[in-house]
Amino acid sequence: MTEILRVENLAKSYGTFEAVKGISFTVREGEMKALIGPNGAGKSTCFNMLTGQIRPTRGEVFLDGARITGLPPRVIWRRGVGRTFQITGTYQSMTVIENVQMALISHNRRVFSLFGRARALYRTEALALLDRVGMADQAERPCSVLAYGDLKKLELAIALAHRPRLLLMDEPTAGMAPSARIALMQLTADIVTEEGLSVLFTEHDMDVVFAHAHHIMVLNRGELIADGNAAEVRANPQVQDVYLGGGMLFKEIDHA
Amino acid sequence: MGFFIAQLLTGLANAAALFLVASGLSLIFGVTRIVNFAHGSFYMLGAYVGITLMGVLPGVLGPYLGFWGAIVLTGLIVGLAGALVEIVVLRPIYRAPELFQLVATFGVILVIQDLALMVWGAEDQMGPRAPGLRGVFRIFGEPIPKYDIVLICITPFILLALWALIAKTRLGVLVRAATQDREMVAALGVNQRWLFTGVFALGSALAGWGGALQLPKGGADLLMDFNIIGPLFVVTVIGGMGSLPGAFIAAVLISVLNVFGVAYLPQSTLVLMFVVMAIVLIVRPYGLLGKEEVAGEHGQSGAPETPIRPFGRRGRLAVAGLLLVMALLPLVTQPFALVLLTDIVIFALFAASLQFILGTGGLVSFGHAAFYGGGAYAAALMVTYAKTPMEIAFLFAPLGAGMLALVIGWFCIRLSGVYFAMLTLAFSQLVWSLVFQWRAVTRGDDGLIDIWPSAWLSGTVPYYYFTLVVGVLGILFLRTVIHAPFGYALRAGRDSARQAEAMGIDVKRVQYVAFALAGALAGLAGGLFVFAKGSVFPTELEIGKSFDALIVVFLGGVKTLSGGIVGATFMAAVEDWLTRLHYWRLLLGLLIIAVVILAPEGIVGSARRLGLRLGLVKHTEAD
Ligand SMILES: Nc1ncnc2c1ncn2[C@@H]1O[C@H](COP(=O)(O)OP(=O)(O)OP(=O)(O)O)[C@@H](O)[C@H]1O
Ligand SMILES: [Mg+2]
Repeated sequence: MTEILRVENLAKSYGTFEAVKGISFTVREGEMKALIGPNGAGKSTCFNMLTGQIRPTRGEVFLDGARITGLPPRVIWRRGVGRTFQITGTYQSMTVIENVQMALISHNRRVFSLFGRARALYRTEALALLDRVGMADQAERPCSVLAYGDLKKLELAIALAHRPRLLLMDEPTAGMAPSARIALMQLTADIVTEEGLSVLFTEHDMDVVFAHAHHIMVLNRGELIADGNAAEVRANPQVQDVYLGGGMLFKEIDHA
Repeated sequence: MGFFIAQLLTGLANAAALFLVASGLSLIFGVTRIVNFAHGSFYMLGAYVGITLMGVLPGVLGPYLGFWGAIVLTGLIVGLAGALVEIVVLRPIYRAPELFQLVATFGVILVIQDLALMVWGAEDQMGPRAPGLRGVFRIFGEPIPKYDIVLICITPFILLALWALIAKTRLGVLVRAATQDREMVAALGVNQRWLFTGVFALGSALAGWGGALQLPKGGADLLMDFNIIGPLFVVTVIGGMGSLPGAFIAAVLISVLNVFGVAYLPQSTLVLMFVVMAIVLIVRPYGLLGKEEVAGEHGQSGAPETPIRPFGRRGRLAVAGLLLVMALLPLVTQPFALVLLTDIVIFALFAASLQFILGTGGLVSFGHAAFYGGGAYAAALMVTYAKTPMEIAFLFAPLGAGMLALVIGWFCIRLSGVYFAMLTLAFSQLVWSLVFQWRAVTRGDDGLIDIWPSAWLSGTVPYYYFTLVVGVLGILFLRTVIHAPFGYALRAGRDSARQAEAMGIDVKRVQYVAFALAGALAGLAGGLFVFAKGSVFPTELEIGKSFDALIVVFLGGVKTLSGGIVGATFMAAVEDWLTRLHYWRLLLGLLIIAVVILAPEGIVGSARRLGLRLGLVKHTEAD
């Protein structure tokens, strides 16, 4: 398998505090990789550097061998990287389907069209995407009335709209019921197999992580302390240390 | 040499009052994140209260204690007035979007204006001289008023005293904590409400002291509040909002610059100030000592916005019916009614263009009149100097205004929230002062006259039809854009800029284009205006004109295009009646404040809600 993402010595400092301390890793094509770690470990900061929301203090990011370090989010998106956020940022004044249509409009470079009804554009594609995440029946509801779990599903549909090759999901199942978590990640896993997409995700629910991740990385206080398959990570003494003597790794760590 | 030093000293003396007022504004902004447009009103109040006290106190306390005691007391009284305003008007709306706060403080301006008129009358009042400081010092042979020297000596102490207050006292610790981190104040267990009230009172007191201190050099009049807004905002923007040393440096810079401007470039003093501001902002977008600021996380006011829908069949029929009635009106009505209707259509177009950028774009522009007046002037200049026929000159209105918006937008779009609002206001003042002072071209406040439409359009009825067609087309165009992909992208950037950027939308560029479009449409309205009246004066570019549009949009409802139109119609209709009243500003100000606090969704929003309750309008969620 070839690598799609390569990260070299990536670091971010806030003043004297180093939130991410020079981490290196790769994501290979078609794999689902998890980035786990306690609260404040630097996972979201790392994601934000990969997709351009935050400019790294040092280090490099390569997508398919091309340097994307410090590019604005919209450029990285156009290169085929999708993204969901820990705190969802959907458009509150639009309906569910309009949120997806917006992504499709941007993907088709129609943002600057002054004429024509946006509501009529790419409806079939948008409905297909919503159907895929099980949200088709809620297509016409205003986004502002959605339940939290449904918002997460909508975010996934939006992130898939431009057929990304790499998808970054920051805590995709946070705040959902356990059964819904498994279902959502199963759905993501299916998409990965069908479309050959690669996924990097952070997650606090270890059941989800061990059920779906091909590889797992553990971040602690900005340092990458493990990178390997489930068995390797479980056996890593440093990781066991971080997760309170290992017990926690097999329980659910609730995080809302 | 002597002349140079004299100029410098005069500039430094003028800086004293300006710094006092600006530091108050800066302090209030730093802690409460409210841009208090009424700050100039507290300055004016300080001047009037000062004069009154200076008339009374010296008789009781003797000339020296009387004069300086009056100044000190003035600040305390104005501070009290500030506290009152904060408690009554601002407290209920701290969590509302910025626009609501800005509009509310504008309501306060109107109220204070009329109260001052009631109490002190319309006559300008001369300030009394300071006792014992009547003469001049000769410095290098140049006469410098003694009072100026005293002011120059006082200013550093004021800065020092403020600095000590902020650095050494418990209040100061809280103020700094609040300025840097809003959440921290709550965490400290401080009663945030009273901190805000205290700071607002202190800031207003500073404005009051500024107004009283300048009395021996000037006086008090009813235009002081608006006249100081320009320099005041320039100083705060240049210095960096929330920074006291920044305000000091900028106040000195602007005052000195002004004095030298008067001496060497008497025609361009006002312009100069804004040019300096523009240069500073190119280099440092947040001012000399200001810190970069992420736009405030302001909540929604009222119900969450519902997804937009084009009108249904019934709505369309209603609009078509209304237009039909408007088209047939000339057959039955008097000419004066048509003149009024023409004004309403023009104003509605202007308001709709503002609503577009403000509601759909989420960009609170406080200088929209620059494009309305700019368009009017563009057309009028073509007619005056190039003898262009009306049909062509008219096209220059939207074109010229659109180009102006491209220039101003280039500076402003980089900022957001209140910074954007301040900057648009400052630039509109730049345009105004340019028109006002460049007499050779614009004829200053004599205005450009004899700008009449071509023969086929002259007369009330033909021009009414022309306005109706152009106005309706303009509004329809805006409506089309709002429902087009571009309008959706604009709304996306407003709802969540991060999400929009993360789906390939260049939010700033979308906003830039929208700003230019709104400017062009405002210019179109300005073009209609100038040929309707046959003349244009700098008043069409004034802050007041921008505020008119804002208030209209606000009263109508920020959230839908129809809000601007309904608001404009409502306003134009009641204005005629309202302005005949003696204290109409007071009424209007109170109305604005009441709407902000009680019915933040405006006429359209409230009507819609009423309709929902009565079952006349369908709920989006229900179908
Ligand atoms: N703008 C900022 N300024 C200063 N420190 C910051 C900033 N943003 C994040 N941090 C700090 O950086 C560290 C990493 O934060 P980050 O959000 O990346 O953690 P995380 O692993 O995503 O945590 P969680 O599991 O809670 O989402 C935290 O200690 C946080 O306090
Ligand atoms: Mg996180």
